Amino acid sequence: MTETKQRSFPTIEFTDSEAGALEFPSSTSRAYNYYKPAKLRATMYEDVTVDVQPDPERHLSQGWIYGFGDGPGGYPKEWTAARSSNWHAFLDPNEEWDQTIYRNNSAVVHQVDLCLQNAKRARAYDSWNPAWLKFIERNLGAWMHAENGLALHVFTSIQRSGPTNMINTAVAVNAAHKMRFAQDLALFNLDLSEADVPFDGAAHKEVWKSAPEWQPTREVVERLTAVGDWCELLFAANIVFEQLVGSLFRTELVMQIAARNGDYITPTIVGTGEYDYDRDLGYTRNLFRLLTRDAEYGETNKVLFGEWLATWVPRCLDAAHALQPIWSQPAEKSVTFASSLDAAKQKFRSLLEDLGLDSPKELDQ
Amino acid sequence: MSRQSLTKAHAKITELSWEPTFATPATRFGTDYTFEKAPKKDPLKQIMRSYFPMEEEKDNRVYGAMDGAIRGNMFRQVQQRWLEWQKLFLSIIPFPEISAARAMPMAIDAVPNPEIHNGLAVQMIDEVRHSTIQMNLKRLYMNNYIDPAGFDMTEKAFANNYAGTIGRQFGEGFITGDAITAANIYLTVVAETAFTNTLFVAMPDEAAANGDYLLPTVFHSVQSDESRHISNGYSILLMALADERNRPLLERDLRYAWWNNHCVVDAAIGTFIEYGTKDRRKDRESYAEMWRRWIYDDYYRSYLLPLEKYGLTIPHDLVEEAWNRITNKGYVHEVARFFATGWPVNYWRIDAMTDKDFEWFEHKYPGWYSKYGKWWENYNRLAYPGRNKPIAFEEVGYQYPHRCWTCMVPALIREDMVVEKVDDQWRTYCSETCYWTDAVAFRGEYDGRPTPNMGRLTGFREWETLHHNKDLADIVQDLGYVRDDGKTLIGQPHLDLDDPKKMWTLDDVRGNTFMSPNVLLNEMSDAEREAHVAAYRANGTTAA
Repeated sequence: MTETKQRSFPTIEFTDSEAGALEFPSSTSRAYNYYKPAKLRATMYEDVTVDVQPDPERHLSQGWIYGFGDGPGGYPKEWTAARSSNWHAFLDPNEEWDQTIYRNNSAVVHQVDLCLQNAKRARAYDSWNPAWLKFIERNLGAWMHAENGLALHVFTSIQRSGPTNMINTAVAVNAAHKMRFAQDLALFNLDLSEADVPFDGAAHKEVWKSAPEWQPTREVVERLTAVGDWCELLFAANIVFEQLVGSLFRTELVMQIAARNGDYITPTIVGTGEYDYDRDLGYTRNLFRLLTRDAEYGETNKVLFGEWLATWVPRCLDAAHALQPIWSQPAEKSVTFASSLDAAKQKFRSLLEDLGLDSPKELDQ
Repeated sequence: MSRQSLTKAHAKITELSWEPTFATPATRFGTDYTFEKAPKKDPLKQIMRSYFPMEEEKDNRVYGAMDGAIRGNMFRQVQQRWLEWQKLFLSIIPFPEISAARAMPMAIDAVPNPEIHNGLAVQMIDEVRHSTIQMNLKRLYMNNYIDPAGFDMTEKAFANNYAGTIGRQFGEGFITGDAITAANIYLTVVAETAFTNTLFVAMPDEAAANGDYLLPTVFHSVQSDESRHISNGYSILLMALADERNRPLLERDLRYAWWNNHCVVDAAIGTFIEYGTKDRRKDRESYAEMWRRWIYDDYYRSYLLPLEKYGLTIPHDLVEEAWNRITNKGYVHEVARFFATGWPVNYWRIDAMTDKDFEWFEHKYPGWYSKYGKWWENYNRLAYPGRNKPIAFEEVGYQYPHRCWTCMVPALIREDMVVEKVDDQWRTYCSETCYWTDAVAFRGEYDGRPTPNMGRLTGFREWETLHHNKDLADIVQDLGYVRDDGKTLIGQPHLDLDDPKKMWTLDDVRGNTFMSPNVLLNEMSDAEREAHVAAYRANGTTAA
């Protein structure tokens, strides 16, 4: 028989260490005092985000204590050609932090999951016409690669390089959105390939890799991953590519025609990607508006962004035009490519106007 | 989701990657490692559809507990001795967490394995969670604990404090230099796999024993994500092991990462656990006992040793020396004494040790009293202003130490201090390994091969240099460690808040000039320096 070990536990002691138990200097100093909140009272987002990534221009007195073999460590402002007189002025309008990230994305996950369960229960895919099945198989299948590539090799990458925690955290959340959305599309593809309908769940690989209509899109995504300047990467991805290619495909095509082709599932899923982009465009717009309105660097930034537009708009327009044939693939063709592209261009112009940037001439061609 | 469904879903998700043909991804963060021959290793499977609800549920539990703690007046029973140290710990830890998020693209760039890329990107989001959830815990402490001073300036204090800088290595080391050294070996293989055990498991135990059950709530929730991170790290490690050319780099990095983690984490967490607790039950584990269990047995014996079968040389000598420093050379006790010596430039208060504490230390670390007891009695004697200076400026048989150029914890085990001229400057190091780290490992060439991607030690590494030859009152004011009456210091060498006369003010510390040991060392002639170093080393601390 083994001996029972004597239980041992710490003693509770009442210490009266609550706020307000005594008055003394700083006994009521109950707000973070090392930064100035945007409004009178600091938000939860500001409190948990601001200054967590130190900055030698703010409080960091000893500088970065590790460097790269070929340059300084930390978050050098030289990692982008864009300039700001105060990068810290950027705050994420979505105020993303722990709770918002998981609450929002969980809500989306539940919505998608419920939608897919209902689709199976209602045998929703049975009534899809073959042309629409083929459209989803090929085109939504190809598009999920773009979303995944942007998640892992564009947004995840950017969030190492921005000069403030507020910028990098907003971009990290953007990466999570993209990854979740890409995976949701892939799992939707899996559901379809397991349904009793003619659907080739592997076809997307070849389409993305070789189909002529998708190659310019793949090329833009791959070229994005080759950009070293984090700010150019964010601009090219969220301002140019998402407007001229992403929204063109998701908003102006899929969301417009799915219902007419008897599909109420795809818009629910793609709609979550639209919701993500709406949020992500929100922080991106704020950041670039800050840069174009910067009292010291605004004008030089506008010139720089004009150069970036000159690089990326033609590439994205090429990708957009290459996609034209897919407008003809569904049985119900309720929108034309021309009207979709016009709508996308119009929104893009409006965004550029909002940023104080001139529309590039290529948009009018 | 069932296991079968998860496997199928994971297989589907791997179809999302492709080999680019139009453009090569930018090499933003290089590595000297090579993965050409690496077999693809699959880490733990995780898909976002199950990840987000799982983490939301964890969050709900954490925030529910936070509400409960406030409703249940947890702060009626929190030990101030404990919570004061949280002003330091919680100022540091959100930065390493967010740095871990920032490190993920470095690993993604370096490792050609799409299946690992997914896991690393999920880890990125985990780390954003960890950083912000910890900032929120600190905010709750600030709002509900009796003394918010120090919590209220937390990120500023972290960025300009000597102890904050020690902790900053734990974050900067993840994001700088060779991508694999930083984001894999230092961060995942050593910091997360070994030292989060003491950080996030052992330390919360001690918090609970001191009336604080929110730290365990938050940090156990954090720790529950670590197994996936450990799996990411192990997968990359196995891939690196597949190429013989990586072996010398792996061995270099294991030595650096192990030793630096030991120097930094054991200094901080050891002090919090041993000197921040009021729980002096003889059968509660000491930090050394926890270390034996969590680091030596769980990590060294179960994780590191099996790597030998891959032909990797494990730094046995450094593991044993870390253990030796903790058990025989008084490493943690020396660090605690150093922190307490520097109390005027702290943003937390440090309680005196009592007879009950002495008895416990003597029980756990025989010989403790003869080495440290008298100093702590002096600390107690000199706790209040008026008749004496701060203890650092009184004669109590303690020489303010030289700082280690590499780990930035001072050279407290004095007989081990290394002094060398490196990069045209006389530098001091706490140990041979820290000297090697600066002079040999963090260089553009290692063992006869170019290592252009390896990081460099940079910055104003000796904190004291920034404040050399200044009056202590001016330093405290410059740092901002002053309460809202404009004169009372945040740091105090006691916990008495009830009597204003016991609280030190700027006037009480004025008139003491602070000198940088490194500046002085570099001003010495060769003969002076040799004599100085010999005397310093002779004041050793090894148990008789």
